[in-house]
Amino acid sequence: MDFTYDEEQQALREAVRGLVGKAYSDYEQRRQTVAADPGFDEAQWGRMAEMGLLGLPFSEDDGGVGAGPVEISIVAEELGRVVAPEPYLASVVWAGGLVSAVGTAEQRAEVLGALSAGESVLAPALAEPGRRWTNDATATTAVEAGGSWTLTGAKEPVIQGARADVLVVSAMLPSGGTGLFLVGGDAEGMTRTGYATHDGGRAAKVTFDGTPATPLGEPGADVAASIATVTDLARIMACNEAVGAMETALRTTSAYLTSRKQFGVTLNTFQALTFRAADMYISLELAKSLAVWATMVVASGSPAEIAEAAQRASLQVARAGRHIGQEAIQLHGGIGMTAEYSIGAYTSRLTFLDHLLGDATFHLRSLAATVGDHAEVDPLP
Amino acid sequence: MQLELSAEDAAFRDEMRTFFTTEVPQEIRDAVANRRELTKDQIVESQRVLNAHGLAVPNWPVEWGGKDWSPLRRHIWHEEMQRADVPAPLAFNASMIGPVIAHFGSQEIKERFLPATANLDIWWSQGFSEPDAGSDLASLRTTAVRDGDEFVVNGQKTWTTLGQYGDWIFTLVRTDPDVKKQAGISMLLIDMTTPGLTVRPIELIDGGYEVNEVWFEDVRVPVGNMVGELNSGWTQAKFLLGNERVGVAPVGATKRVLAQAKDWARETGQLDDVLTASRIAELENELLALELTALRVVAHSADGKPHPASSVLKLKGTELQQAVSELVVDLAGPASLASGAGDDSDLPWWSRRATPAYLNLRKASIYGGSNEVQRQIIAKTILGL
Repeated sequence: MDFTYDEEQQALREAVRGLVGKAYSDYEQRRQTVAADPGFDEAQWGRMAEMGLLGLPFSEDDGGVGAGPVEISIVAEELGRVVAPEPYLASVVWAGGLVSAVGTAEQRAEVLGALSAGESVLAPALAEPGRRWTNDATATTAVEAGGSWTLTGAKEPVIQGARADVLVVSAMLPSGGTGLFLVGGDAEGMTRTGYATHDGGRAAKVTFDGTPATPLGEPGADVAASIATVTDLARIMACNEAVGAMETALRTTSAYLTSRKQFGVTLNTFQALTFRAADMYISLELAKSLAVWATMVVASGSPAEIAEAAQRASLQVARAGRHIGQEAIQLHGGIGMTAEYSIGAYTSRLTFLDHLLGDATFHLRSLAATVGDHAEVDPLP
Repeated sequence: MQLELSAEDAAFRDEMRTFFTTEVPQEIRDAVANRRELTKDQIVESQRVLNAHGLAVPNWPVEWGGKDWSPLRRHIWHEEMQRADVPAPLAFNASMIGPVIAHFGSQEIKERFLPATANLDIWWSQGFSEPDAGSDLASLRTTAVRDGDEFVVNGQKTWTTLGQYGDWIFTLVRTDPDVKKQAGISMLLIDMTTPGLTVRPIELIDGGYEVNEVWFEDVRVPVGNMVGELNSGWTQAKFLLGNERVGVAPVGATKRVLAQAKDWARETGQLDDVLTASRIAELENELLALELTALRVVAHSADGKPHPASSVLKLKGTELQQAVSELVVDLAGPASLASGAGDDSDLPWWSRRATPAYLNLRKASIYGGSNEVQRQIIAKTILGL
């Protein structure tokens, strides 16, 4: 058992920290970037590709780097530290992960090659209006005629749905299962209505009306299980991103308490405040432990073990994210409410991550349903 | 990074598991599993079994019976012990005064006390807190005045846990009243049979007599019983309290009680209740997070000093210990009222024991440096506040 990064992982962390720090350690730069479409810096996306970050999860045959979950978690955490707006989690980990898991060799080489090179942004089009974090699709249906497939229906919110070059769309198959499809950004019969999300990102309402689509992998195959496993990986990486964001939120709050003066003294003179900061640290450390653990489970666990680890980490991180995000604003006072100051953006991003792939209640429901199946939870395999 | 134990550590875990489940008498382990108060003889017997196999004081220096284990192995030893319902070696001996004597004591004091301390031939009591010196320990007022080759000790200590069994008491006394309060304290080892020393039990809210007041009236103590230099007692005290904080998070034991609580919930038809199930699931998740944090902390404390995050373990560990005891009371429901009923009661034993255990464990967030003191440590030393 080993909780430390090896030398290469440390070097990766320093490289990523340098890259994203240069772009966004000045919060005003982040604020300007998210003000204009597409809500992130295309040049920074290119630099991330040059560093090999966009191809980290994918095999070398597919144009990627073939790195493991620990390396991906390092990138996610560093992006979280500066609330970098580049859509790494949605485009690379989630949408790219779906292509990697389900696509044919040819599709993987083409789509993931372009993604890894920074030439293409993918969007995961899975969410459907009125439904909550399901792996199956019902509001979008796929029809096959003469070997060609078309999609009809709606997806929303689709992260980076308006900017994306390629959308990875889930749809109900004629046989009733759920398939995945690739849809080009210029496809006929597709309407994309983009908007800003509260965290500074972008999402879209995407509708399909007989839109031509390419089945990802074997045409007509039900891939709900693959969607579930990739989504679990994305959940765990969302946890790592949230850990990075929570660390900065706490550090920023602590720095504020030692510099802001009221009643003639700095705020850290008041125990009512420092004790609350201490509680934030406890929440952070416990959440970090589960995020790191779940990342290691990905490296060695079965899909069922990864699913449970994703639930456990997500529950703990969701609780911590609420606690730290809310207290960070409260301990700042009025300045915490302003968009000009960084702390609120962290709370907003934590709230976003909380609801992207399943919130605390969602995961607790699953854990409660199986609580009688085991005597104790052993963290070691 | 990897989750699996190395083959050597896995073998070590198996070795510990086998030892604890086969060498420690079953009646003692049953008493722990059944949440009964252990007798003095049971605590002594258990520790002597451990000591006979060199497993009572692994945290001590090797020459005094310690093991040169990695922090991970020490953690495995501790977790497997709790998993097997084996009582931990008496904290006053193994975690508190033993390491202090080994670190600060003269060769003569080491030889005189350490073997007997490891084997629980001497039962140590802790003479730190006073009526007016709790979290503010340095305000203590018990005095020791030099008279020839002896100190004459006067004053009062309190919250002396299991002092009724104590043979000796390690005591912080004021030896210089005219300097800054921390600078005038010394540590004395006092034979509890010395004339002038009296122990008065204090009844606690669970009906038990776990703690005591200890009174000193002209108690004469040989100067050779001082540990370390005159007026250096605060250094020893801080050393001791740092160790205490690390050992105090009872992750394994709390997991055991929670696993039992699930059985009790099932037996009483409450595990199908979604509110109860989600409460248990959330506790289980927090315990997992705590256990993993403990593993992360031991992995980073190789220099022997307590990791600052050990305050997290103490604070959250005791909160969860209390939360699980609270869950058991709620599972018992009206049967939890019957704490005084005997074994002829029709109510399950665990439900009768639930409330005294819950009330007793309110102490956990107070002792070992109260959880407010831990917050202070986190705020100051980790967050720089």
